[in-house]
Amino acid sequence: MDLFVSFERKMATKSIIGLWLTAVIVAAFAFPTVPNPASWHEFPIVPGLEEKARIIFFHVPMAWTTVLAFIVSMIYGIRYLAKKNMDDDLKSASSAGLGLIFCILATVTGSLWAKFSWGSFWNWDPRETSIFVLLLVYGAYFALRSALEVEEKRASLSAVYAIIAGATVPFFIFVIPRIISSLHPDPIVNSRGKIEMNGSMLTVFLCSLAGFTALYFWMFNLRIRAGRLENKQHSIGE
Amino acid sequence: MNVRAAITIFSKDIRSELRTRYALNALIMFVITTLSVILFAIGNESVSPEVLSGVLWIIIFFSTMSGLSRTFVSEEERGTVLTLQLVARPVEVYCGKLLFNLVLLFALNTFTVALYLIFVTSFSVSSYSIFITTLVLGTLGLASASTIIAAIISKANTKGTLYPVLSFPILLPLLLTVINATKMAADGAALSEAAGEFQVLASYLVVITAVSYLLFEHVWKD
Repeated sequence: MDLFVSFERKMATKSIIGLWLTAVIVAAFAFPTVPNPASWHEFPIVPGLEEKARIIFFHVPMAWTTVLAFIVSMIYGIRYLAKKNMDDDLKSASSAGLGLIFCILATVTGSLWAKFSWGSFWNWDPRETSIFVLLLVYGAYFALRSALEVEEKRASLSAVYAIIAGATVPFFIFVIPRIISSLHPDPIVNSRGKIEMNGSMLTVFLCSLAGFTALYFWMFNLRIRAGRLENKQHSIGE
Repeated sequence: MNVRAAITIFSKDIRSELRTRYALNALIMFVITTLSVILFAIGNESVSPEVLSGVLWIIIFFSTMSGLSRTFVSEEERGTVLTLQLVARPVEVYCGKLLFNLVLLFALNTFTVALYLIFVTSFSVSSYSIFITTLVLGTLGLASASTIIAAIISKANTKGTLYPVLSFPILLPLLLTVINATKMAADGAALSEAAGEFQVLASYLVVITAVSYLLFEHVWKD
């Protein structure tokens, strides 16, 4: 009985996230952009971006989830070092794995958008450089994990690496703008203060942000449970 | 922390290095070969000083990556880690190794820069104050970051290839800044113009050293 209730609850979470994100995706593609949005389902025209502005509903939540996953991974890394509980390492690695997926998605969507707005897939804009560094950090993290055999050693060393990387990544905020200037919409848009998202655009954007965050936590939970089962299977096998 | 213990570890490493000259000989040859490849590649072309200031740091980065992991890797290979864990506390080991890497990297970079200034004729420094400050701060940061990464990779299976892979994302803010500052030195900018770069380098050094100091215990202890 108890099992059945928890099964039902899990199904409910899954369906809610599924329906929510479907609604977000439909709204993001189907709502028309008009010069003077009047009704609730119309987006304003963003000068210079027009229809390409729709990428914001997918690209920004993905980039946000990438950073969130990294921070969660780092926090569980710190917890592992403090308590030496292998479950924290599982959480840390699971979050980093999801972060890598979202990082690749954010890079690909950003790069596609760059092709149509800036004319090339990749041109080392500061934002592109930062996401590239995040990709490298995630890649190095998993390279390190696969090169360590002893579980405890793997857990503590990868946690240490995640923390060191987390301590250096903020430097890019100061370093990169000194070297290259950005064409990324956000700093330009905000500095002029010209383009404001109207109510409907902001609602869809925030709904998408919430949906992707929920998707991340749902997948995170799924991975942890799968990881725990795998560990149990190993211990039974031995 | 016992300062004398750290200095003892440092002098042990220096003595063993001077006896075998393993790292020093290999590194000097590494720098000479890399530099000659670059000189062959340049040939009679005229290369802008901006590009050459980047090339200088490429040599420094890769020679660091080929030599600085030695202090920790040799302890693992010779099986002396357990003894060292018994006789000294992690913090003392860290400080001793960091000091050794600092001395090694300062010697190496002095050698590299001297050769570079002599042989790469199209590269000339107009503002020596910026150049030397950048070199000193850059070497300090580079040694600090590569010491903790060396401690991490010495426990892994594929030590050689993993070292640059793990170090690069960590070192990128430093490398971008030193390359930019070296360009300024080649252009002959005033010292105050590079103040922002120096602030980044100094804070990078402090952050990395503090984080390594706090985390080294978890890397070192089995």
